[in-house]
Amino acid sequence: MSVFYLVAFLAIFFALMTIFTKNPVHSVLYLVITFFTLSIHYILLNAQFLAVVNFIVYMGAIMVLFLFVLMLLNLNAETEPMKSNLVKIMGAIAGMCLIATLLGAFRVIEPSNLIVQGDAEVGLVKNLGKVLFKEFLLPFEISSILLLTAMVGAVLLAKKEIRKA
Amino acid sequence: METAFILEKLILVVIVFTISLVIAMYSTLAERKIAGFMQDRYGPDRAGFGGILQPLCDGGKFFFKEEIIPAGAHKTLFIIGPMLAIITACISSAVIPWGGSLTIGNREVSLQVADINVGILYIFGVVALGVYGIMIGGWASNNKFSLMGAIRAASQSISYEIAMGLSIIALLMVSGTLSMSEIVAQQSGFVNWNIWVQPLGFLIFITCAFAECNRVPFDLPECETELVGGYHTEYSSMKLGLYMFSEYINMFVSSALMAALYFGGYNFPFMHELGLSDNWITIIGVLVFFFKIFGFIFFFMWIRWTLPRFRYDQLMNLGWKILIPLAIANIVLTGVITVVKDSYFG
Repeated sequence: MSVFYLVAFLAIFFALMTIFTKNPVHSVLYLVITFFTLSIHYILLNAQFLAVVNFIVYMGAIMVLFLFVLMLLNLNAETEPMKSNLVKIMGAIAGMCLIATLLGAFRVIEPSNLIVQGDAEVGLVKNLGKVLFKEFLLPFEISSILLLTAMVGAVLLAKKEIRKA
Repeated sequence: METAFILEKLILVVIVFTISLVIAMYSTLAERKIAGFMQDRYGPDRAGFGGILQPLCDGGKFFFKEEIIPAGAHKTLFIIGPMLAIITACISSAVIPWGGSLTIGNREVSLQVADINVGILYIFGVVALGVYGIMIGGWASNNKFSLMGAIRAASQSISYEIAMGLSIIALLMVSGTLSMSEIVAQQSGFVNWNIWVQPLGFLIFITCAFAECNRVPFDLPECETELVGGYHTEYSSMKLGLYMFSEYINMFVSSALMAALYFGGYNFPFMHELGLSDNWITIIGVLVFFFKIFGFIFFFMWIRWTLPRFRYDQLMNLGWKILIPLAIANIVLTGVITVVKDSYFG
């Protein structure tokens, strides 16, 4: 339990650092650490496969691309666009609304039963694969088609317009 | 967990760590010696017998050189960069099975630091993390050549990771497990080596390994004719040394990985026909494994002094338009062969 609290504290701390830091590259690096703490959470839940996949996909690929783009843009304090007061006030109001909603939601939450995990082995690759391909085959295939569509769309958007001769 | 278990693993970790550092040190000497051999000259031969003390001299020199942090650099990240590079290089060897198991007294000691059941994916995760060291260092230098090198490293590593992962999937379809120790144990003897069933997969894997280690012909992140020194242009003293060191450790680990996944790891021909006791087989197996690793390290160096560097667009074309389709074809082919074999000859 104490490991959980330590990791949860670190996760929230680095998530806050992601928001509060001024430099966008630092922000991405803090987000990477946040993802790392999330991976540790998955391991604590005995979901090794999910932990490693989170590690590879989010930390290893997606965040590298984020960093890539931010480094190319070379954002700094001088080039930061100034937002108008109207936008700032709107942002503040929207944030307040979110806090009110969250507080309202958390107030009625009751702590769930701590020991609910039935099968401790369910997070291992073999069992996960069986569940995915037997019980959830249709949703699994549909989500893969969704990913394929996104991929084709990205290629189409990135492709240069071919001039008609 | 009992104390003996922790002690045993601790000793193993220290041994593996020392061996990878020593091998990385002597790889620098080997590289220069092989370069000398291929270009018909001597290579370093002054320090010690045949230049055997050269790596120690180089290391000492690295430590005592002046350390320069550029005025415009981001100081914290500039220091973190090489640290991350060397840490990620060192931790990837944790799941490689260096040998079978030794029986000491009545304890069975496994020669693998951590036998986790997602071993291969762990290595992929660590390799994916390795690019952060280069990116952070390149960006924090505040130099456009360093930044270009860092960005090249990132795009190259992401492109080749996909093909590498796909080539591994075909291997997993054959072996049916993600655990490194089981994959190696399945290749017992000589005819069971995975290279015989996955030759195309191995070819894709070794190409991607070259790209992931930033070795010639894929060393565009440090391409000196275009980018001065690439991502480590601004680095000096031992920080530069750490970057170079991490490159050699990566080379060692990927050689070990290729030997373990495709060339049977610690298995050698006729290992069961010799009639030796298990301990002897394990010891010979470890030696055989290191022999295979040295073979691959030599291959890395051989290629370096044979092939010229790719152009950047050629690199991307090779990765996306040749290796990835080939890897997908390999997966389909492996699947078809497995099904046909099971249903007609099984």
